[in-house]
Amino acid sequence: MKADTVKAEEATARTRAASVSRQRVVAGLALIVLAVAAIEFPLVFSSPVVTNYAIYALIFVAAVSAWNLFSGFSGYISLGHAVFFGSGAYTVGIAARDWHVNGVAVFALLPLAAAVGAVIAVPFGLVALRVRRHTFIVITIAVFFIFQLMAYNFSFTGGSVGVSAPFLPWSPTSFNDHFYYITLACAAGTIVIAFLIRRARFGLQLRAIRDDEDRARGLGVHAMRVKLSAFVLSGTITALVGGVWFLYLTQVQPPSGFDPLFDLSLVLMAFLGGLGTIAGPVLGALIIEPGQLYLTIKYTNGYLSEILLGVLFLVIVLFVPRGLVPTAGEWIRRLRTRGRPASGTVSPATSAPPAPPEASEAPAREARTT
Amino acid sequence: MTALLRTEGVRKAYGGVHALDSCTVEIDEGSVAGLIGPNGSGKTTLFNVITGYAKADAGQVYLADKRITNIAPEKVFAHGIGRTFQLTRIFASLTVLENMLVASKHGGAAARSRAMEQLEFVGIAGHHAALAGTLSYGQRKLLELAYVLVSDPAVILLDEPAGGVNLSLVNHITDRIRELNAAGKTFLIVEHNMEFVMGLCDRVTVLDSGAVVAAGPPAIIRTDRRVLNAYLGDDLADDDPHPGEQA
Repeated sequence: MKADTVKAEEATARTRAASVSRQRVVAGLALIVLAVAAIEFPLVFSSPVVTNYAIYALIFVAAVSAWNLFSGFSGYISLGHAVFFGSGAYTVGIAARDWHVNGVAVFALLPLAAAVGAVIAVPFGLVALRVRRHTFIVITIAVFFIFQLMAYNFSFTGGSVGVSAPFLPWSPTSFNDHFYYITLACAAGTIVIAFLIRRARFGLQLRAIRDDEDRARGLGVHAMRVKLSAFVLSGTITALVGGVWFLYLTQVQPPSGFDPLFDLSLVLMAFLGGLGTIAGPVLGALIIEPGQLYLTIKYTNGYLSEILLGVLFLVIVLFVPRGLVPTAGEWIRRLRTRGRPASGTVSPATSAPPAPPEASEAPAREARTT
Repeated sequence: MTALLRTEGVRKAYGGVHALDSCTVEIDEGSVAGLIGPNGSGKTTLFNVITGYAKADAGQVYLADKRITNIAPEKVFAHGIGRTFQLTRIFASLTVLENMLVASKHGGAAARSRAMEQLEFVGIAGHHAALAGTLSYGQRKLLELAYVLVSDPAVILLDEPAGGVNLSLVNHITDRIRELNAAGKTFLIVEHNMEFVMGLCDRVTVLDSGAVVAAGPPAIIRTDRRVLNAYLGDDLADDDPHPGEQA
């Protein structure tokens, strides 16, 4: 009897291992197809109108992935990442203007933008991360407005006129193609970083903080250190992306560099796709940013896209609160396990001793009420 | 035996309520110590002060003569004190194995291997890939115990380990504690289940209104008049010699 059980368990384990291998192969092939499609995109769709959509979408893929690796993983929703985005843009613009950097050499200023983002993130994080959740959100909004006001009022930021980018020696026909691949590299790099962090111990600690920060501290997690590291990394990448955005747009002004809708868009993208996942925010950015841009271009009434964004946010919160990717994953899992005995998410491959006798007890929620 | 964990004159007040009042407790190395008292007597507050979740207004906490008063929870953990909570606190969106790895001091294959060992020890290794939020209450209790063990703490504080679980699981937990204690682990246990406390603990400390009213072996505590008074009040204590069974 025992031998039969062991054989059955081994067979289940083999089946599960084969299934995991199959999934990995499918995921690998899908990634290769996506990568090829992304690289070939401007060759197939050469119209600058189309590549303009793609460039903005990729800028937001990078920005939301950077935002997500802090806010999505830790649960601290930042509405102040425009501080980094705008600061990155202004850094490149001011440095190029004051140091007379021209041509493609301006791209050498991007690391400086990232460094400025990191330098701002440290004191910003040290202040904002001393408080939890809702208060944190309020502080990030306050810091955002401080930066916007500074951009309006300091002379070195050009006041309300802003800063213009130097001329790039690229022909109009290749201008978008160059930026497409630059933003694609930014997006891919940020996704890879987010993926590696999520798999690492650092990412695990961030997710533990999201679930129960005090408990995580009681298990040795240096919460402040972990949160601040993620915040600084996130701000650094966002500032770099802001620098790229500035060079593409060729100018930055206070309301565009420090735009309150920037953070709201990031939040919406992450919530739509799936907060804290890797693919979710990417999908959200690929859906929302082109849509938003289309509405802005198509309808001169600039408020229409904002109104629709608000409606979309309500729809997401009401009908897919976990986001598209986790919800779709759940549906697929249900479809695949339909007709099989309900095993939940418990691994069938177990060599553990018999489960303790409470396994059939009432669920935790009920027990807690006793 | 020498005291491994010691609190000296710890005071803690929340507004006008004195949760702890000159509380002095000693836990011998290698012992299983019990901490009992009526609801609101300050047991969990003492746990919180020891583990850094609450700051003491006065008094000191020592671990092996090292002062650890009012240091942060992560530092208390690093010094070798692990604790569980009265209402289990797990990371619901992480898998059971990931919960274990949060508490590991290092990552990598060795940490995973040790985590699996601890899960097997408490009997929930089969659920390692499940989301912790899907576990039953009893399994969550075991998970909490397992992830406290994964970093090999010197002292383990258990807050009502037998609370809200059935008798079979109580026995399962009791066996695990005995095995760990035999291997040298020191325990401080808050519990209302008197049979559990009296059967398991070498020494029991009784708190009432934030102060220690008695301390000693279970057999003596069971009949101590001050304990009877604490649980039943002065009038009723005269009639009932077994306060724990009423708690």
